[in-house]
Amino acid sequence: MFEYNFHWRPVFRSLPDLLEAALTTLQVASLAMTVGVLLGFILAVGRMRETGVIYWFATTWVELARNTPALFQLFFFGFGLGALGLHLSPYLIVLAGLTFNTAGYLAENFRGGFEAIPSTQLRAARSLGMNPLQAYTRILIPQVMRIVYYPMTNQFVWVVLMSSLGMLVGYRELTGETQFFASKTYRIFEYFAVTAVIYYVMVKVILVLSKVFASRFFRY
Amino acid sequence: MIKVNGLHKYFDDLHVLRGIDLEVQKGEVLSVIGASGSGKSTLLYCINGIEQIQEGSVYVDDVDVHSKATDLNKLRQRLGMVFQQWNSFPHLTALENVALAPQIVRGLTKAEAKDIAIKQLEHVGLGDKFDVYPNALSGGQQQRLAIARALAMDPQYMLFDEATSALDPELVGEVLDTMRVLAEEGMTMICVTHEMGFARDVSDRVAYFHEGVVEEIGSPDQIFVDPESEHTKKFLAKVR
Repeated sequence: MFEYNFHWRPVFRSLPDLLEAALTTLQVASLAMTVGVLLGFILAVGRMRETGVIYWFATTWVELARNTPALFQLFFFGFGLGALGLHLSPYLIVLAGLTFNTAGYLAENFRGGFEAIPSTQLRAARSLGMNPLQAYTRILIPQVMRIVYYPMTNQFVWVVLMSSLGMLVGYRELTGETQFFASKTYRIFEYFAVTAVIYYVMVKVILVLSKVFASRFFRY
Repeated sequence: MIKVNGLHKYFDDLHVLRGIDLEVQKGEVLSVIGASGSGKSTLLYCINGIEQIQEGSVYVDDVDVHSKATDLNKLRQRLGMVFQQWNSFPHLTALENVALAPQIVRGLTKAEAKDIAIKQLEHVGLGDKFDVYPNALSGGQQQRLAIARALAMDPQYMLFDEATSALDPELVGEVLDTMRVLAEEGMTMICVTHEMGFARDVSDRVAYFHEGVVEEIGSPDQIFVDPESEHTKKFLAKVR
């Protein structure tokens, strides 16, 4: 009835390769997240203008990033741009796709964060003689950071997991590497089971670190 | 001296201030009373340049507030403002709330700013709350924190915009007491207020606002005991 024989040895033999691929995953996800945060912030500011070219550019970005499958966004940077003669490396396709997606999601988080702060906070800061830059960097943004911190953590976890789409554009991150070995050895279940554990541990570590960091950083 | 001449202010089609003339001398306490929507708070916002004006002028110590050449950030250091919603900065301790602007706006050192913050917090009776975050303070304490924060800029004038209106009744007294101390110390103050007792006891003059004009202005006795305008009489009869 149940005739499958587990063979774990090949998986354990390629564990160093898998762990190295896990680092690749973390690296591309971290970079996509970092650039995504910066772009997301700029898009949020653009969205808050509520009119003009910048607003429409930001809105289009956010709409496309949030309302189409992430996989399609990766395909756009791979096959889409490829059809137009612009050939990106698998690494750049994954990086661009994840960054595009993340910036769009974070833009809405940041915008919500800013809107959650009463406008009277800005008024109070300005009434003390702070210029707009001081009011934003010292009063508003620290409060926004607290509001968007956990959504940002979630987004980072999402980016780490979503980077597995890299496999479908030929990138050897953790999932791509797993697929490579799985198809070489036909031990598909074993490889993906072990990889799932690696993903689980990575995400768990991110979440724990995020909590530790929050308890240091947000004192109120 | 604060000098307001022929001030008109519109919010789109809404004509909120319809020709205000007003002078506040150094050391004077002026209370501004009147119904909601009569333009009292808007006047304060026009005085410290948070709101633009459409006609007339506002001078603070001979500085034209609404001139393009005026450095509003610099001017606002002379005009302390306390709002109805106390607006403490939730991510900073009481001490940091007060010390931040002296440090980054006035350019004092961290130690100097801290000394000033300690002094002003003690001044408003929060000497035991230095390291407390605002969410652990009552509304009255947060409003006193806001007063200390404004005072730390060493202002020449204090503008109070219904500083007690959002407070629970039992917390109003402590804030009014703090304002009373300031008045006794000779601070020049404009207080938009619904506290008639305060206006009567503490003010040198009281202005009654009605539909965007100064309907009547004079000593507290004149306004509260012997008002001339029918509108003033009606308003006072209602709030008593």
